[in-house]
Amino acid sequence: MEQVLKTHKVTKYFYEPEKFQVLKEIDLSVNRGEFLSLVGKSGCGKSTLMYVLSTMDTDYEGELEIAGERLTDRDQNQLAAFRNQHIGFVFQFHYLLPEFTVLQNVMIPALKLAKYSKREIEDRAYEKLKMLGIQEQALKQSSKLSGGQQQRVAIARALINDPDIIMGDEPTGNLDTYNTHLVFEIFQELTHKYHQTIIAVTHDDEFAKKSDRIVEMSDGRIVKH
Amino acid sequence: MKLVAEIAKTHLLSKPKQTIVAMMGVTFGIGMFIAMVSLMTGLNNFTEELTMTSSPDIHIYNDVTEGRPSIIEQVNTNGINVIHHQKPKNETSKVRNALQIAELIRKDPRVKGVAPSISSQVFYNYGPVQLSGNILGVDILEEDKLFGLRAKMKAGRIEDLKANHDGLIMGKGLARKLNINVGDRVVMTTPQGYTMTLKVVGIFQMGIGTVDNVRSYANISTVQTILQQDHFYITDINIKLHDINLAKGFAPLLSDMYGYKSEDWETANATFLTGSIIRNILTYSVSITLLIVAGFGIYNILNMTIYNKMKDIAILKAMGFAGKDVKLIFMIQSLVIGFIGSVLGLMIGFGLSSLIAQAPFDGGDFISIDRLPVNFDPKYYIIGIVFGVLTTAFAGYMPSRKASKIDPIEILRGQ
Ligand SMILES: Nc1ncnc2c1ncn2[C@@H]1O[C@H](COP(=O)(O)OP(=O)(O)O)[C@@H](O)[C@H]1O
Ligand SMILES: [Mg+2]
Repeated sequence: MEQVLKTHKVTKYFYEPEKFQVLKEIDLSVNRGEFLSLVGKSGCGKSTLMYVLSTMDTDYEGELEIAGERLTDRDQNQLAAFRNQHIGFVFQFHYLLPEFTVLQNVMIPALKLAKYSKREIEDRAYEKLKMLGIQEQALKQSSKLSGGQQQRVAIARALINDPDIIMGDEPTGNLDTYNTHLVFEIFQELTHKYHQTIIAVTHDDEFAKKSDRIVEMSDGRIVKH
Repeated sequence: MKLVAEIAKTHLLSKPKQTIVAMMGVTFGIGMFIAMVSLMTGLNNFTEELTMTSSPDIHIYNDVTEGRPSIIEQVNTNGINVIHHQKPKNETSKVRNALQIAELIRKDPRVKGVAPSISSQVFYNYGPVQLSGNILGVDILEEDKLFGLRAKMKAGRIEDLKANHDGLIMGKGLARKLNINVGDRVVMTTPQGYTMTLKVVGIFQMGIGTVDNVRSYANISTVQTILQQDHFYITDINIKLHDINLAKGFAPLLSDMYGYKSEDWETANATFLTGSIIRNILTYSVSITLLIVAGFGIYNILNMTIYNKMKDIAILKAMGFAGKDVKLIFMIQSLVIGFIGSVLGLMIGFGLSSLIAQAPFDGGDFISIDRLPVNFDPKYYIIGIVFGVLTTAFAGYMPSRKASKIDPIEILRGQ
């Protein structure tokens, strides 16, 4: 099995308000096409670990490797370019850019990557929106959509550059049961049909149970996987 | 780059009111700058031109009031001498060998023309009233070559002076005060008490009160007669150069060579030039103040925009925009505001200047104009736009840098 993401003894401290070890020698590897749920009590360090894995947080000890590239010690600009191409994000609060249309929101990461022409990017964006069943909303202002629709747009945006991993920090935390279910089904379809790797932090046991693999954290450590 | 510009554009268009307010600040600043600078430099150039054409580039004369070493200092060189309030020697303002000096100077290739003349203070009698003024004895044709007198004639012709031994060409302001027309006679008295009647054959107007209200031209021989002096009596040599900028360097050489005071144009008009400088300082300080205020406006608005867009910035960074991309997004916004604001400012400035140029204005006795002189030199429009764009770039830089430094984790975690 090909490993998409690998960490070696990732350790992190917070120094405010006092020195406190939030991540303790995390060793984690994720296979391609795996749908992984990260669970644990509130405050155990799930979000902190996600920020390290996402390359946005560089203030840690240990090693991080994604898609065969060692990312520890790279500078911010290189990491930004790496995120653009290899990582897709889905956040708890949707976080679309409100002044732009749905279509533009989905296209922006691809325009940034500039691997395809604008024409092709638009086609690909429509394709992703269609896959998520929201192509009718494409030309609407993104702030005009409901919460569940916005989250689906965010997933489409995360998919646009065919990333190696999609990461979500409680992507369903702000959704009702219906939409939670919907997002889960989408994730499942993505992994099974398209071999998309997904790591999602969740509080929802139902959601976790249906994923391929559950990793449980407690007090900054991985206790079960 | 195109994407970043696209995002900047969307930000600007999504908050049109804010964008327009920010632009108006710049527009106002630049508009005022253009209007002020056009009027001020217009006035400066106009008066400068007048003064330049009506005064010689170099003026050689015998300055009898100039401090001289006292006799006792010459005799008793090493002693301790106390001299109190020494008066000038009783000598005339005569420049000796003036005609020969004029001939020599005329040979210099830098020199365009040389005109020897006599000047004296006189009183013009108007019934029982005496008006003080001066009279210039000149070769009127030479004078015309130097100062373009022919074009300044309001009545009569300069040739009439040549033909009339007791003729006089009078300044317009003076003629008005004396209630004189061409053909009238005027009685004048010299400080020495000699009285003579001359006939006014022409009236000129230089355009500046300091000349038009006091001066008359007569033939050299006439003035020599009034002053009861011989045919070699000359008090001034006026010189025009091909390049006026050489005057400052050339004047001291002439002074050294011939031993008379030699004054260049700039020194003679120092007070006027100081006025120019003060006007320029005023223009630039007012405009810079306005632009700084506009700059603060942009700084504020951009800061507010960035504060409101923290989440968006975090998202952009999470999606792979580098700090420099984010900085560019906001720099582009401030530069667009600065550029469009400045261009509008230039148009408003041009409009204002055109209005000012059309408004009637009475220069009174001081300068003869009926409209304010306005300068439309494109140079100031270029300065204006460079100025405006630089200010906004400067004002936008700090907020943009702050945006580029935003840590996305802090924003995303905060929710
Ligand atoms: N910026 C920070 N500075 C100091 N402590 C922090 C900071 N962010 C989070 N923490 C602490 O680190 C621990 C882990 O937080 P987090 O990763 O958000 O937990 P989880 O997402 O699992 O609920 C918590 O105790 C939290 O209070
Ligand atoms: Mg969390």
